[in-house]
Parts: sequence; structure tokens; C-alpha cells
Amino acid sequence: MDSNLLSYSLDFVASSGRILSIEQRTALQTSMLILKKNYNFQRVMFWGKILGIKQDYFIAQGRGEDEIKNRTYLYSFNCMDWLLLPAVTESMIEEVTKTAKGHFIGDPSFVYEQNLYFQIETEEEAESNVNKVSEENRLSVTIQQIDEDVSVVPRGAFIRTPLGPVHVNRSFAGLSESEARQLDNFLHFREPKRANILYLERMGDWCPAIDFLDVLIDDIPKGSWSLQFECASRVCLLRSLLWFGLTFYHVPNTPQHGYIYIGNGLKNQDLPFML
Amino acid sequence: MRKMDNVLGRRDCRDAEVFKAFLMKDSTKSNRNLYEHLTQLLIKVIDEHTENAVDVVEEMSRDVKRALFSGIKGPLREVPQVSSAELLTEQQRTLFSQPEEVVGETALPNVSEIAFYLEQAEVGLGREEMQRIFLALKHLVDSEGLPRCRLWGKILGIESNYIVAEAEYREGEEEQESIEDQPAEEEKEPENPENEQVEADPLPQSIYKPQLDAPKEAIGTGANKFAYYVCKEPGLPWIKLPSVSPAQINTARQIRKFFTGNLESPVVSYPPFPGNESNYLRAQIARISAGTQVSPQGFYQGGEEEDDEEDEIPRDSFEVNPDFEDIPVSEMAESLSTWVHHVQHILQQGRCTWVNIAVKPDEESNEDEEGDENEEESEEVEPEVGPALLTPLSQDAEMFNTSPWSSKVSTILTFQHAIAVLRSNLWPGAFAYACGKKFENIYIGWGLKYVGEVYSPPIPPPPLMEYQNGPEITEGLDPTPEEEQALKEDLEEQQAALEEAEASEDDEDED
Repeated sequence: MDSNLLSYSLDFVASSGRILSIEQRTALQTSMLILKKNYNFQRVMFWGKILGIKQDYFIAQGRGEDEIKNRTYLYSFNCMDWLLLPAVTESMIEEVTKTAKGHFIGDPSFVYEQNLYFQIETEEEAESNVNKVSEENRLSVTIQQIDEDVSVVPRGAFIRTPLGPVHVNRSFAGLSESEARQLDNFLHFREPKRANILYLERMGDWCPAIDFLDVLIDDIPKGSWSLQFECASRVCLLRSLLWFGLTFYHVPNTPQHGYIYIGNGLKNQDLPFML
Repeated sequence: MRKMDNVLGRRDCRDAEVFKAFLMKDSTKSNRNLYEHLTQLLIKVIDEHTENAVDVVEEMSRDVKRALFSGIKGPLREVPQVSSAELLTEQQRTLFSQPEEVVGETALPNVSEIAFYLEQAEVGLGREEMQRIFLALKHLVDSEGLPRCRLWGKILGIESNYIVAEAEYREGEEEQESIEDQPAEEEKEPENPENEQVEADPLPQSIYKPQLDAPKEAIGTGANKFAYYVCKEPGLPWIKLPSVSPAQINTARQIRKFFTGNLESPVVSYPPFPGNESNYLRAQIARISAGTQVSPQGFYQGGEEEDDEEDEIPRDSFEVNPDFEDIPVSEMAESLSTWVHHVQHILQQGRCTWVNIAVKPDEESNEDEEGDENEEESEEVEPEVGPALLTPLSQDAEMFNTSPWSSKVSTILTFQHAIAVLRSNLWPGAFAYACGKKFENIYIGWGLKYVGEVYSPPIPPPPLMEYQNGPEITEGLDPTPEEEQALKEDLEEQQAALEEAEASEDDEDED
């Protein structure tokens, strides 16, 4: 969620159970502005928190020209001193998914190890091939996976210009109340993977500048989103059942929207059993 | 020269007029023309004084077009549509009604204070929502006359959520008979009456013995010590949850399901859950309470003094210790031995106190007696024992290489007034805080335990054998060609021997 709107948008997502203490909120307001100036971001978003056993990570996301492509992530322990997270590569993703299991520890230099033993027939020596992954890399990959899987925006909030980059739509007036009740109107905020032509048949209203993102309702398994109206039915909330802790809010008929992830950074792989 | 200028000017004018007429030509599709549209667009820009108008001109153009379709104002009048928010506000108005009389002591907890401390622990539901819950709890206490009540927490569901309140049972409240009782024992296949007349092979009998369920604990004890009320939104009526049975707790341990938000919906799972969502909710609440309700050490002390019986009968009562001394916050945050559980652990059986469920064979309603002889020996079952009440958290088992609790001080900058916060790693969403003499537990989450590895449902039991393996039904092997050949040769030899014997007899006769 946008750091400018942090003061009241945190109240909207509070019904998921996790909030920030007042000390953290004030620290964030100060340090986000400093971040924006130092790194020359267009916008700085407070992405969320990843809870570790010993310490929690606060994550911030800075956005450049293109809202989808130019995203950098930073983490901090005390909401004041921010450190840059490494960019994610394919090999990093592979290593992390093989090696890192269990909760986050809370120490970025912690190394996850996985020993793969290759036993030679003679049984004399067991070659051990140790895969090592640092928690910082794991953090980076997890954040990127969460954004890929479950970052949400309402339809119409972002526009793809004919040249390619994605911008904020300044004349987005918000979804109406009835529109906000339909999962069709919420889109994944990532590089589109699925062709969105079916949308035309379903809704009868397709605009290439707005409908370039994937629709949430096509997610497999169906029903992996929980759409509710909270805060005395004023705010539309979307909670992901795939990554526990991701909450998206949108106030209908206003352009206010945003998402935040506060959780332990573990994917819910039992989802098909639980529905 | 002027004439040329005039001619040229007129031609320009004419070109301009032609062009303007072209612009004003109505479109065949939408009955508007570009001239009008551009005029309105420019008027809009002038009126609104938009910043960077050239960048958003496409949007504005679209808006202008959209604004055309303003709806036909005819004899139709709009039906006022009531939004769900408005419906809810009607119900929530009742929260704010003034009380008739001002009562002195009340069982209501100070939710605002709890919310303040929980906010420092980074847990909570937002100030307005907590205030609404506070008022709703007040309604509950007043309407049901509860001796003591506490906000237990919130359980998130797919369609709607549950706000849970924990209350003590009123004096003399009895268990209401629930409609779903223990399932009747399965009857065995009735013997075929024709068997007595016709001599046929006996039909296979089922050897399935249904598991006997342990009886429910009485209300006021064990897992049913408190009554739980739930509501979907503060302002909506509170619904009391039924008491929990050990079978439900055991099944809840084996399944992993979301809550839908509707108390009547069935829980479809394997092993089949005995009950609907309200029972499942109650079972999870019982498990969470047993696992995560903690208090500072020394706050509660054991109830009656039991010297010899401490080993056999677990304590289930405690009272507030009047001599409790505050433990400093830094100590509470550092070591887990300063916290103790104050809710009884639920045993493997599903109850807090163990009960021997092996029943004598006479009491079973089996009709068939063949094969029952094995059961007459009562199995020596060992009583299950769990950790006693008020055991410190440092004795909690470590699972999956992580400590089951994470603790910290709420703030370092103003540590003079910080509080100690405890967070459970086994039940994500369970929190406890302590600050001097004040402490509280709360659970806000999905109601699911952390299982470490990926969940896999239990495998159904193997199907029972219909017929016992025996010589009557076992297929025999056909003889191989060699055996047949050997048999044939034997028979031929015998035949030859017989013929010779006959021939010799004939010869003898003839002679």
C-alpha cells in the first residue's frame, strides 16, 4: 500500500488480525520518505511483514517508471534502516525452493543447508553435495513469489500506455459496490500469463488499456480467494487462501486500494484439501 | 491583387467550411459528431483545469462520451437499493442504545484496554472494530447474565468470519440434549434364516467392530469448561456453540479444512467429521485454548491442596494468587519458564481426564457369538497422562526444529514502558501479552495448526476379507501335462494288468 496513505489504510486491513504498532507507523512515515528521496523512486509502497522466529522483517517496495517491471525491494528490522534485497534470478529460485524449508528465522545471514548424499556402491565414501541458501535470498524469492501469485489490483486502476509501460490511472473512480462484489473485477498485478480474451464474452466490456492483466477468477484452484466486506461493510477485502496473510482492500466508489502481506512467508500447499 | 487575395481567402474559407461541415457530420453509429465532441472536451478541460491535460486527454475523451448516457428520465422511478452496509448499520444501531440502569460490578472485560496493549503487540482488529466488539460483548453479558466473559478472538472464514467470546457457565446450567447423539452401533449382517433348513456353506460374517466413543465431558470440566458464543459481525445476535465431544476433537486433529462462515454447513472430509461446522469450530476452539492459553507464572495457583492424588487425578481448578508479584517484562520476554499454561491439555483420547472405554462383552449388543471369544479378554489399556495444569512453557515439545513460541519485548525505544509479547509458532495467530499484573490471550487467525510438512489425508482402512481363506474356496491347480501323462500311463498299466488277469482267467476257464 502506498506510503502516503499508510495512516488510514492500515485500519482497513486490520480485520485480518495483524496491525502495526503506533511506533512502527510513525517510523515508517519518516523512513519511507527518506527512501523515496534516496533511491529516486516514483512511489514507495509498504509491502508488508514477514514474521520470523527471532525477528520480523519489514518489507518496502519502490516503484519506478513502469509499475510492474521496475520494482525493487528493501527490508528492515526497525522500520528505519533499510537494506536492499538482491534481485531474483532463475537459479536462485531453484535453489531456494529445494533447500529452504520451515519458518523464517529472522537472521538474514542464516544459511539453510540441505545435504544430498550420493552413495557410491562401495559404500566407502558418501559424497555430500550441500546446497546452501542464505535467508536473504530466500526472502527475496519468497517476496517475488508472493507478488507473482497473489498481488491484486482492481480493474481500471492501472493503464498500459501504447508504448508499453504501466501507469497509475488518474481517472480511476473506483469500482461500484456491485462491481466490487464480483471477483471478475480484480486482476493480478504481474506480467500477464493468460490471454484475456474470454473477458469480453463474460463481461461484454473489454478495453485493451485496462484489461491487460490476468483475472483473479481464473486462478486454479477455484475458490482460493475470500471476498468479504468488512468494517461495517464499507471496505471490500480480499484475502488469499494460498498465501495466508495477504490482504487486499478497496473502498468502493473511491480510488483507494492497496494490498499488504503480513504473515510467515509460507505457501499453503494443502489448499486443495482444505476447500 | 486584392481580388486574388479575396479568391484565395474565400477558397480557404470554403475549405474551412467544408472541413467544418465534415466535422459536424453525424456518425452513423452513435449519432454524434466530432465537432460537438471536441467542443465538449475542450469545455471540460477549461472547466476542470486538469493538470497535464495532454497526457490524460484520451481518458477525458472517454469520460465525455460516457457522460452522454445519463439515463432516460421517464415515468420510471428508481427503487432505492439498500446496500448491505445500510442493513448492517440498522443492526449495529442497537449496540449504541443507552442502558436503563447503571449496574455496579460487571463481568465485562475492559476491551479497550486490551486493545491498547494488543496494538503494541502488533495484533488487533482496528480501533473502531474493537469498540464495536466491546459493545457487542456488553450486550451478550447483559442478555445472558453471564458471570464472567472474555473476548477469545476471531476466526476467519471464507465467506464470513466468527468473533468468539468465552464465558463461564451460569450456575446450575445443564447440558441440553443435542439432536445428534452417539451413532448407534452397527448391526452385523443378520443370519440367513434359510441356513437352518438348507445345509449350505455359512455366509461370511462381518468382523467390523465399531470404535466406541469416549463420553463427552460434563459441562464445567475439562474441554467443556467454558461456553463459547460466536457472532459474525458485532451487532448481529450471538449464537451459543454446542459442547464438544472427544470424537470431534480427534477427528478435527486429522482433518484440515477452512471455515465457511455458515454454522450449519457440513464438514466434508475424510475421516468423516461427526457434526457440522459449529461442532468443528468448537473443536478447534478447544484445541487452540488447550494449546495456547498461557499466563505469567504465579498468577494462578492450584486450587485445593491434594497431596497424594496429584499423580492420578490432574488438577483442573485454579484460583488467582493474591500474592502474585510482578515479573519484570524483560524476564518474561526472555525465558519461557515464566509463562504457564492455565488450560488443561487434551489427551490423545480427546478428553482432559482419561476414561477407560473398554466395555465388558455382555454389554455389547452383538448377536453373533462366533469369533467373539477373543474380546472377552479385556485389554490392559494404560491410562493416558498429559502434562499437569500450570506447567511452564519451557516444557513444551519442540516441533520441526523450531521452538513452539516466539517472545519479544514490544518496543526497544521506550523499553521502560514496554510489554512482553508471546507468539505461538504452532498455532499462527495465537498471542499473549503481559505487563505487570495485566495479561491477556487472544487468537486471531484461520483456526488451523501449523503442520510442518504438507498435509496428507489418512488412508481409509483396508477392506475386510469376505471369505476366510480355506480349502473350500481356494482354487486348486490343474495338473500339468507331465502329471497327466504319468497318470495316463499308470492307468494304462493298471488296465493292461486287469486285462491280462481277465485273459488268464478266461484261459483257465476254457481249460
